[in-house]
Amino acid sequence: MSLRAGDLLTQTREGLYCPLGGFHVDPTWPVPRALITHGHADHARAGHGKVLATGQTLRIMAVRYGEDFCEARQEAVLGEEIRIGDVTVRFAPAGHVLGSAQIAIQAQGVRVVVSGDYKRAYDPTCLPFEVVPCDVFITEATFGLPVFRMPDTKDEVKKLLDSVALFPERAHIVGAYALGKAQRVMALLREAGYDQPIYLHGAMEKLTELYKQEGIPLGDTPKVVATERGKLHGAIVLCPPSAIQDVWSRKFPDPVTSFASGWMRVRARARQKGAELPLVISDHSDWPDLCRTIRETGAGEVWVTHGQEDALVHWCGTQGIAAKPLHMLGYGDDGEAEPAAVEEPPVVSDEAAA
Amino acid sequence: MNDFAHLLDRLAYEPRRNAKLRLLQDYFAHAPDPERGWALAAMTGNLSFREAKPAMIRGLVEARVDPVLFALSHNYVGDLAETTALIWPVSAAPPLPAGRGEGRDDLGVGAASPQGEGEGVSPDEAPPASPPHPRLPQSRGQRGSPLLEGEGQGEVRDLSGDGPHLTPALSFQEREPVAPRAGLSGDPSIGLGHNNPPPHIPTLAEVVDTLRTTKKSDLPFHIADWLDALDETGRWALLKLITGALRVGVSARLAKTAVGALGGHEADAVEEVWHGLEPPYLGLFAWVEGRGERPTTLNPALFRPPMLSHPIDEETDFDKLDPAAFSGEWKWDGIRVQLSGGRDEAGEQVARVYSRTGEDITGAFPDLAEAITFTGTIDGELLILRESRVQSFNVLQQRLNRKAVTPKLLEEFPAHVRAYDLLTAEGEDLRPLPFAERRARLEGFVAALDHARIDLSPLVSFATWDDLAEARADPASVGAGEDADAIEGVMLKLRDSPYLPGRPKGPWWKWKREPHLVDAVMMYAQRGHGKRSSFYSDYTFGVWRERPEGGRELVPVGKAYHGFTDAELAKLDRYVRNNTTKRFGPVREVACGLDEGLVLEIAFEGVQRSTRHKSGVAMRFPRVHRIRWDKPAAEADRIEALETILARGEREIAPGAVIEGETS
Repeated sequence: MSLRAGDLLTQTREGLYCPLGGFHVDPTWPVPRALITHGHADHARAGHGKVLATGQTLRIMAVRYGEDFCEARQEAVLGEEIRIGDVTVRFAPAGHVLGSAQIAIQAQGVRVVVSGDYKRAYDPTCLPFEVVPCDVFITEATFGLPVFRMPDTKDEVKKLLDSVALFPERAHIVGAYALGKAQRVMALLREAGYDQPIYLHGAMEKLTELYKQEGIPLGDTPKVVATERGKLHGAIVLCPPSAIQDVWSRKFPDPVTSFASGWMRVRARARQKGAELPLVISDHSDWPDLCRTIRETGAGEVWVTHGQEDALVHWCGTQGIAAKPLHMLGYGDDGEAEPAAVEEPPVVSDEAAA
Repeated sequence: MNDFAHLLDRLAYEPRRNAKLRLLQDYFAHAPDPERGWALAAMTGNLSFREAKPAMIRGLVEARVDPVLFALSHNYVGDLAETTALIWPVSAAPPLPAGRGEGRDDLGVGAASPQGEGEGVSPDEAPPASPPHPRLPQSRGQRGSPLLEGEGQGEVRDLSGDGPHLTPALSFQEREPVAPRAGLSGDPSIGLGHNNPPPHIPTLAEVVDTLRTTKKSDLPFHIADWLDALDETGRWALLKLITGALRVGVSARLAKTAVGALGGHEADAVEEVWHGLEPPYLGLFAWVEGRGERPTTLNPALFRPPMLSHPIDEETDFDKLDPAAFSGEWKWDGIRVQLSGGRDEAGEQVARVYSRTGEDITGAFPDLAEAITFTGTIDGELLILRESRVQSFNVLQQRLNRKAVTPKLLEEFPAHVRAYDLLTAEGEDLRPLPFAERRARLEGFVAALDHARIDLSPLVSFATWDDLAEARADPASVGAGEDADAIEGVMLKLRDSPYLPGRPKGPWWKWKREPHLVDAVMMYAQRGHGKRSSFYSDYTFGVWRERPEGGRELVPVGKAYHGFTDAELAKLDRYVRNNTTKRFGPVREVACGLDEGLVLEIAFEGVQRSTRHKSGVAMRFPRVHRIRWDKPAAEADRIEALETILARGEREIAPGAVIEGETS
């Protein structure tokens, strides 16, 4: 290898930068040219010059930021190689949310894979993760601690349906990120045979509509009508996590507060959020999947972007894999706070939410 | 054990008291004897067995999991029991699928164990069981668009070698087993080739009995077996139980309320018989369910649940209260205790000292027990008196929490009770009487007792609230004399109120003296535990000190972790994250200096000398009083502010008490 991985990809204030290709990956500041892994707001920001991403990610960005979210956009087709400057890039599915992709960057026989956020668990709303062998694997570590072993999503959905059966008079308000998690919960509910309408907070409507346009069947998902809230006995209502704290959620009949999140794995976190019915459903890799993914890529070197990087870096060491944390700011907010803070505009008022 | 674990799990997520009560009642009504009795003992803190030491639990985990990974996880989760419950390797795994030689080694140590993390079939990823992933429409973009100076390479060239089809196959092999545990379900098709006997889920009685009778050296094996048999919730509950840290938001009081409710009894009715009972409380359950007699209490020196007060709101409450209806007295800065005495069936005197929560602390205060020569119950404040002078709480603290009660300790820190109230006397229950009458009886009782260790807490007379405010501001001027420093405020008691257990709103008010205040600068922040395990909620703060070589520096003087609202905590947490200069594990160093830093106004009750702090001083009960987002760090207070308060307090330490590091 005449070229070192460090030459292929460097860290700048804006994020990961490829000098040979002259582009950034998931920059947290506006840049001339950006490759975007997926549509979550901490990775996909508005205001770049040119953007290359999967068609679905581009359409998600357009829904969130408006059609003018960048000066010019190009769609990356999964699996196709694209030459940019002196490097070749290829997008491969990441299994995180609709349109999510890893980006393989290759030059002179050296390949670096920026995985973005990814998961291996079952998700009917997006393509499954694909292992891309590489020399350097750049991974997240949102749930990078061995205490995070995510349970079967079927059981979690069953918990919700059991509670609905037990309390048919109470509305079940489920906090879930508006992009990805919400639609995954809807799809899982449908697979579990739930055929009632699933009510949506206004902030989720457009993205859910986009999922349906992209061919994901989610059934009947009416928007909550403000004046009808008191009548939704026994209904399942999805809203952004932030709306649970809002008075908006208090107008439902004796609401059961629920959250669908990997953070629900830890009791203290679930209680901090005020969850009465924690649903452990994660769109990130849990610990066993982080470890096996690293092994399967065959990477000799691992860079950890954000999250609980210490444990993963340590584990790589025990496996003879060189690893370093990148301490990237701006992603998943240090892996500790809920990314919802940046993912969704806050629900300003009752009216706005309705 | 599973029912109990399930109960604890539900309780842990249930914020509403009434819902908790329903859950408890439901459990007590359905769980069999003696299981429910042991559960009640666990929730009221009345289990006695050799508690499993955290170090032993840690040892068990570290034999199975890489200690570094465990330490990082523990640090993150903030709770040993939960960390262990979540990280404990799942056993009873099906054998390795063919064609996959390497063991899963993501927990480090567990890899070599035959029971280590196994591979299994995840129902949600096994191709036959799950619906196919939809082939999502991916429209073909314009390859080689000039936008990014890219050149399309034509046909899809699959860099991964096997293409997307690889993924389901790997998923099939490698996903962690989430199928029902073999043996528990009784489904032989699940634990393929699994020959072990079904895991044995222990009962609570069995756990308690094992902990009581098993040799210490055998304990780890039992605990490991239990942990293997239980699921995540069961492991968590078991560990909480056996480490004696069963904090699940249920007070002993609430548990007793639920038991009483089984038979329509009030909690106090349970409380009255409680101290004569032993787990698993078969007689108690028989009584509340109407199957047996009221348990006779063998203990003639019972604990009576104390009456507590509410803090008064100066802004709003005084306008609504009539000064003539209230009696005032000092609020002493000691610990609230109850002295209870009586004669047993053999005619022997029984003496008990109880803490405010009903804990029997007689063993730690033999000097007080000797003074209980009466039949009755006195409510009062435990203080240290030297030459008739009340010592500060600093001094009392040196008597508390000592393992051995030595003659030297008794001599240097003589315990004393200043009596507030008389609850029973010579078998008569005085609690229904109005305060004024009880007070008269108390005065007579204490006078007749005539014991040097028990005296009356004097009343504070006042005509108007302003009079009382003056007394509170300067107790020395209205009769407290040299004891004034040991007074932490005034109490207001409604003259015609009976003694009501608990904290009824209205009859009793406390009005504390103003705390000391100091403006300090945040220097370090640490992640909290429990409810706040991922927030930076514990703040070390410092004040300015002259540097010998000139200029000044911040020196840490204390640590505070409450006094702010959840909303303020979120802001402080954000501030810490945005202003971190260094990280040391769970601790972050926060930017601070003459030009930067966050000023916290700290309220505290006093200052002590300390050899543990670089500054040489330690604060008592420091908390964040206000967050001074507006105040420049350079304007925070200097160490002299604390040393002045310290100099005042030090007068109280008698020559017998050696203060390390004292130079004068």
